[in-house]
Amino acid sequence: MDRLDPLLLAGAKAKGKRPWFLENPDVERLMNITLAMAQELAVTRERLDTIERLLERGEPVSKAAIEAYEPTKAEADERGAWMQEYLARIFRILQQDREAIERAAEASSEEVADELATTS
Amino acid sequence: MADTATLPKSQAYDGPPDYRVVGRHGVYVETSHDETARFNFLAHMNRHLSTKVMPGVAEAFEGRVEPAFEKENKRPFKSRHEVRKALTKDPMWQWWSALRRATMETRQQAGRWVTIRQAGDLNERVRELTEGDDRLRLDPDFEQPRSTASIDHHCMPGSYHTELVPGDVTGPANYDIGIFATTGGMLGRFNDGGGVAVAEWVKANLPDFQPKRILDLGAGLGHNVLPIAEAFPDAEIIAVDAGGPMLRYGLARAKSMGIENVRFIQGDVSALDEFEDESFDWIQSTMFLHETSYKSMPMIFQETQRLLKPGGIVLHVEQPQYDADMPLFEQAMRDWDAFYNNEPFWTKMHEVDLDAWMQAAGFPKDTLIHGGVAAVVDPDVFPEAAEDTEQEDYGRKAAWHVVGARKPAAA
Repeated sequence: MDRLDPLLLAGAKAKGKRPWFLENPDVERLMNITLAMAQELAVTRERLDTIERLLERGEPVSKAAIEAYEPTKAEADERGAWMQEYLARIFRILQQDREAIERAAEASSEEVADELATTS
Repeated sequence: MADTATLPKSQAYDGPPDYRVVGRHGVYVETSHDETARFNFLAHMNRHLSTKVMPGVAEAFEGRVEPAFEKENKRPFKSRHEVRKALTKDPMWQWWSALRRATMETRQQAGRWVTIRQAGDLNERVRELTEGDDRLRLDPDFEQPRSTASIDHHCMPGSYHTELVPGDVTGPANYDIGIFATTGGMLGRFNDGGGVAVAEWVKANLPDFQPKRILDLGAGLGHNVLPIAEAFPDAEIIAVDAGGPMLRYGLARAKSMGIENVRFIQGDVSALDEFEDESFDWIQSTMFLHETSYKSMPMIFQETQRLLKPGGIVLHVEQPQYDADMPLFEQAMRDWDAFYNNEPFWTKMHEVDLDAWMQAAGFPKDTLIHGGVAAVVDPDVFPEAAEDTEQEDYGRKAAWHVVGARKPAAA
């Protein structure tokens, strides 16, 4: 069996020219890096949650115990709900972009300031 | 944990199940705690994008993209391509798309890391299960069709056919373990919700049908045909695909699940010369036609007509075709995978009049079959998928159309 480098091969580019979506590709690169970091933070959080739950069960915490941990349905639901909350926090700006579409006619604070300063 | 404890108890969790409920057959790779957590994140990312971000694209379209276009051009949109081109200028579409593509690429990285780090053990286990088994027939001289050779489908490096080393199955194993994350479990524990649905559909709609020989076109690793093999245990199933590694992994996977009546054969489904006329009772394709081409699709239909026994059925399961009743916005959104997720034939395939093409291949109009199926999954684990809620993911929803035909019985 030849030796394969999983780290190098895992991140390989798929065949076919990559499409870019944002006006500035550098912003999109940064978005990709940020997303990967969000993923790794979620992974760390899940690991922390596993440790907490092992402690709550009164079970010894070890690497093997973490690997073997199986959440109950209720525990899995709580972890899933946390992840939903987490993503809602991270993508707040997109939520606000959505709300802004419907409220496109809203005045800016500067416009309101001008209006409030009008004496006539 | 403290944060979630503040959520109202009455608010039942509605989201992807934990990855740990995935069905683990005998050649499933190990996933460590953190690798599992990565898949959990990805399942949630996909769900967040489809339920919280993508609706914003529809809102942006209605709120500003369409009005701006009509104002500038003094007419409505004429085609889905016009709609898509206008959408590409809108920040909501741009961000949704950039995140969707990034999530897909991240999912590939996550799955490939898991399978390639275990390549030695995985490939050896699959070799032991398949070597010398005549139910696997690979063609070392097989030339990949342009449809799979020119681009890696759904951003999957190496697509269905690449071996990193001789006998390598890390590609199909990656495909297998990642579907659960991509779909948030909507296809069930063994990614077979589509196949289960087809088997149930046939039993319900054709109760007297007792197929002896079944052909699955573009079978991949066989996840859609195994439920059919289980539903008809006395039938001989032949699964054909262009991807050698998929078939090798597929046989090992099937055997490890105790399913012994499937043969995996590498070949071109538009030229199945090795099979005799009228030698199959049932020919099936599930989410496969969109990965072929204009050239091969009529040939595939003609082959099915030739290979079917009188009284036999052919069924193609796909996402719905674009027709005049489908809004241009929906068509443009459904085209996303064609242009941005390396599914190049997706767009053209979905504008084909399948009925006309089936008739051109020799199936009379009154023998055509139309239906719909939705993934059938374990409702205890996947309540949302089972209820098939309002979630629409333009081309990725676990609900499909069935187009087929029943060959007239011999007079």
